[in-house]
Amino acid sequence: MKRRMPISGVVVLLIGALYFIVPIACTIKFSVEQGHQGFGFDAYRQILNDPTFRDTLWFSVQLALETTIVTMVLMVPTVYWVHLRLPKARPWVESVTILPFVIPPIVLVVGLFDFFKSFSPDWVLENFVFTPKFLVTAYVVLALPFVYRALDAGVRAVDIQTLTEAAQSLGASRSRTLFRVILPNLREAVLAACLLTFVIVLGEFTIASIALYQTFPVYITTIGSAEAFPAAALTVIAVGLTFLAAAVFLVIGRMGMRQRRRPPIGAAMTSVAPAAGATLGEA
Amino acid sequence: MAYLEMQELRKVFGTYTALGGVSISLEEGEFLSFLGPSGCGKTTALRIIAGFLQPDSGRVVIGGEDVTTRAPNRRDIGMVFQAYSLFPNMTAAQNVAFGLKVRKWPSAKRDARVSELLEIVGLSHAVDRYPHQLSGGMQQRVALARALAIEPRVLLLDEPLSALDALVRVQLRDEIRRVQSQLGITTVYVTHDQEEALSVSDRVAVMYAGGIEQLGTPAEIYGAPSTRFVAEFIGTMNRLESRVADGDSGAVDINGSIVPVDAVRGRPAGQEVLLLLRPEAITLEHLNGKPPEPGGLSGEVTAQSFLGAITRLKIAAENGSELIANVPSTGAQAFSVNQRVVVRFPSDSARVLDV
Repeated sequence: MKRRMPISGVVVLLIGALYFIVPIACTIKFSVEQGHQGFGFDAYRQILNDPTFRDTLWFSVQLALETTIVTMVLMVPTVYWVHLRLPKARPWVESVTILPFVIPPIVLVVGLFDFFKSFSPDWVLENFVFTPKFLVTAYVVLALPFVYRALDAGVRAVDIQTLTEAAQSLGASRSRTLFRVILPNLREAVLAACLLTFVIVLGEFTIASIALYQTFPVYITTIGSAEAFPAAALTVIAVGLTFLAAAVFLVIGRMGMRQRRRPPIGAAMTSVAPAAGATLGEA
Repeated sequence: MAYLEMQELRKVFGTYTALGGVSISLEEGEFLSFLGPSGCGKTTALRIIAGFLQPDSGRVVIGGEDVTTRAPNRRDIGMVFQAYSLFPNMTAAQNVAFGLKVRKWPSAKRDARVSELLEIVGLSHAVDRYPHQLSGGMQQRVALARALAIEPRVLLLDEPLSALDALVRVQLRDEIRRVQSQLGITTVYVTHDQEEALSVSDRVAVMYAGGIEQLGTPAEIYGAPSTRFVAEFIGTMNRLESRVADGDSGAVDINGSIVPVDAVRGRPAGQEVLLLLRPEAITLEHLNGKPPEPGGLSGEVTAQSFLGAITRLKIAAENGSELIANVPSTGAQAFSVNQRVVVRFPSDSARVLDV
């Protein structure tokens, strides 16, 4: 039986949609305005021809990829291990992962900086701490609450204890169990965590600005305070890129689902378990 | 010579003793069940054999080798879990092939073994199905095939039927036994279901509070329970507090009724004993106004429940005892509720325990 949505529901939905659509629509309209000359794509042309646009975007994408990889390598085994062996530590780990919400970005940046400076040898300072790559350490911390929750939900959805023990009783080593049995079953959760991390880094302004590095969001702000029309065009491009990133992750996720639901004939004896490295690499 | 030995296994969790020094030996090819209520230590014992738990003391020996400290993935033990143990990302065939891949079997040999095992458990048609496309019973068959594929030295089953429907449960337990005998594999089975344990095992170890109450064949466990716990846990048992009336001829006094019982011969008169009597050993006679002949307990039927082939009657005896009797359903109409009856049982059918 089909139930029709009540009028009140339609109204709420409409208000919600307007809340998101109106600003984007206005920005799009604004971005194609050319003062007295009517409408055109001058603003877009200007942005796309600006080398700083490409440099900052590429820089932010690199940071996002690196952060995603580091976060996954750190967090997937951690969440798995906490569930498997230290279930009592779960509330503690959970509260630790919330800390980034509580700690102001300035404290985080200065704290991390001082911490690394206190013990790092010169070559580490020169090649890591004093380079833009150092932002990754802050971003990993920033992504923690989201990544932990996404992975935690995924791990709860499968009986990892039984799966782990089953794999072990069949002779599998720890790494084989993790890569062949546990990770393939956390695929959706890992992808969701990757997407969240990626998007957080692409949109992060405060920390980069404090650390005086020009990332993509910092560039958007600079343009925004100087030139109105190109800023609107840049915003539209940024929103489009975010949607694109989300779409890519969705497609990867769907591909995995289809493979699992309808295996190709004759593929029974070949493993469908993707290597974890590949999954992470795709991100 | 014993093939699988548990020697003085002890395991304590905090203040709770899960296993208090359990020792059992299994011959090669033997099927042993650990039977007991939850918390009795049966699963702890199984997990120690599997290597998922380390005993506080004691040893596990398989084929003469001490494996107590060996990692679970190096023990060559096949295990079937309660449920949800199949790898959801792999088909039935891939699940069965997993252990063989770990052991680096060449693919042709591996495929042959997978087909063979899936055929043994009757799932040749479901090779390419994923776990979520299989029923609970089929999943457990795949799990069994997967555990057996690696040619394990010992097969462990941890309540493998507890999540299944009654009908599938009976089918599958018979099949587990068939496959086990066919392959001649030494097997330890954990269950809280006595019917399951009694129907498939060579020997049953009834466990309670971290210890073994009785170890014996199913017939011994059922027919000759050696402790009060076993008597109460296995099947339905009438327990009658009584006193030895005559230790020479063999008779007990059940609240004033003198009844012949062979098992009290040689005991001093006046000794308090617990009389154990299976409901199926009891026969009933009508009491149509005439005084009962001696050697029985007179009483009244208080409840009747139809169980198919048999009907179970509750009887309140005049001396205060409560009894349960099983009678064939064909003759059960004769014993309606409130009917006055005399309860009799063969003098050799009752067992006696010290109080």
